[in-house]
Amino acid sequence: MLPENLRDSAVAAAVDVYDADALTGGRLDRGELTLEIAPEKIAPVCAFLKNDWKFTRLSTVTAVDRYPSEPRFEVVYHLHSIDRNERLRLKCRLGGDAPEISSVTPVWRSADWYEREGFDLFGIRFTGHPDLRRIMMPEDWEGHPLRKDYPVTGPRV
Amino acid sequence: MSDSLVPGITVLEDEQADTGARRMLLNMGPQHPSTHGVLRLAVELDGEIITKCRPDIGYLHTGIEKEFEVKTYAQAVTLTDRVDYLAPLSNNLGYALAVEKLLGLEIPPKAQWMRVMLVELTRLNSHLVWLGTHALDIGAMSVFMYCFREREEILKLFEMFSGQRMMTSYIRPGGLALEPPRGWAQRVKTCIDAFPSRVDEYEDLLTKNSIWMGRTKGVGFISVEDMLDLGVTGPMLRAAGLKTDARKDEPYSSYEKFDFEVPTRTEGDVYARYQVRLEEMRQSVRIVTQAIEGMPPGPWKAADQHVVLPDRERMKTQMEALIYHFKLVTEGFRVPEGEVYQVIESPRGELGFYIVSDGSSSPYRVHMRTPSFGNLQAVPRMVEGALIADMIASIGSMDFVLGDTDR
Repeated sequence: MLPENLRDSAVAAAVDVYDADALTGGRLDRGELTLEIAPEKIAPVCAFLKNDWKFTRLSTVTAVDRYPSEPRFEVVYHLHSIDRNERLRLKCRLGGDAPEISSVTPVWRSADWYEREGFDLFGIRFTGHPDLRRIMMPEDWEGHPLRKDYPVTGPRV
Repeated sequence: MSDSLVPGITVLEDEQADTGARRMLLNMGPQHPSTHGVLRLAVELDGEIITKCRPDIGYLHTGIEKEFEVKTYAQAVTLTDRVDYLAPLSNNLGYALAVEKLLGLEIPPKAQWMRVMLVELTRLNSHLVWLGTHALDIGAMSVFMYCFREREEILKLFEMFSGQRMMTSYIRPGGLALEPPRGWAQRVKTCIDAFPSRVDEYEDLLTKNSIWMGRTKGVGFISVEDMLDLGVTGPMLRAAGLKTDARKDEPYSSYEKFDFEVPTRTEGDVYARYQVRLEEMRQSVRIVTQAIEGMPPGPWKAADQHVVLPDRERMKTQMEALIYHFKLVTEGFRVPEGEVYQVIESPRGELGFYIVSDGSSSPYRVHMRTPSFGNLQAVPRMVEGALIADMIASIGSMDFVLGDTDR
């Protein structure tokens, strides 16, 4: 449902019209628009925004770990429309128990390495990704370094 | 194709061919001189044609994004230098702008202009390293010497400003690290006035050089659609005809007050990228000249005492300033809760800092959208189907830095 504070945003309204269940929240802060999307809807919403709203570029995909609160993970997408000179942030919240979200590689191929990075450093599984392997850490590495419960110093645990 | 970690050459029997055709798996890197760092490319060859290419990164992964979370905002500036070590000031600026956006901090005009001047000098520095090493890869050895001659001058300027040649940490949240040194304008002007004739020299060596043209024209082509899809930004996109530059589209740090062009070409090959970057150097010279001539007077750091360290003199004579100094150094400044994504145009393309703050004096999460990481994804698209000898020219024209890729 379209939140009260985003009534003036054309993109938010369009996403709401496209799929009323997809938009779960959002805010306009410091001139940057964030839309919260239901995780199971992320791939179709991205395809819609790319095709109908000219968000031709995916700048980056990353994650934020809110450990110990739940839902633990936020998967964050930064979209860029060169035509309209506009940026948009999408956010999906995932529970800490076996976090999983569908891949957006079919929409933008550039998501490939960003999702691999999310898998490697946060342990988030991107389903439908063509080649989900570790990208930064060695193949036999245990743990996901960017999680908040992973120590910054000390021996490997 | 197997992604064996065993280095060296493996000869594979072609599974489907009865013709006896054999494919060769060649492992380039991670310590191959033309990969400019530690990039590994696993290449499958059919004769001299590349049939498959798989870039393998992570050899320079340093966990910088993790380390941000245990540093204060002020300490973390030093980490940004080490990401793209050929353009430290661009990284400093991206980070400082993002933190200032979170703080809602206004920066005085002089600091903004100074920042513009310094990041343009950084662009020159970075493009000089690119040109020298790129030409060296293709066999034009002397260009390297010329480029490093000028780079030395620019590094001396950085040393004059910050005390450091490479890890400058000079642009900080709130303004600059130190007052610009006495006589800076004359020193920068001397260096920059000589620069256009230096660029002419490089052009004399390369632009009409038939070997250079033979090695770069029509090589490494990739279409605009593919580049947008694969996340490529910066000079590579502009060399294919798309006029996009964050300095014009989303101006930051007073860029809208400067008069400069965004050079483009339409060919989208290695030669076009060379032309675009050379023209960018000339435009950077224009910007630096404008910055010196129009430098506004006034303070070089913001007045907010909750963020910016007090002057040394005040700190030694006034109790209140001493307390602020102590608090800022021991605890750091607090940043209001929120998240921002700040984009700047680094010499390599879109550099984005995504910073999440939880209201404390350390960033909760910092993600760097580095241009090299995005650009490198296009390697397979660019080299598959091409000759192995052209691969060196192609990847050289991307101008990536592995520290920037792996973070």
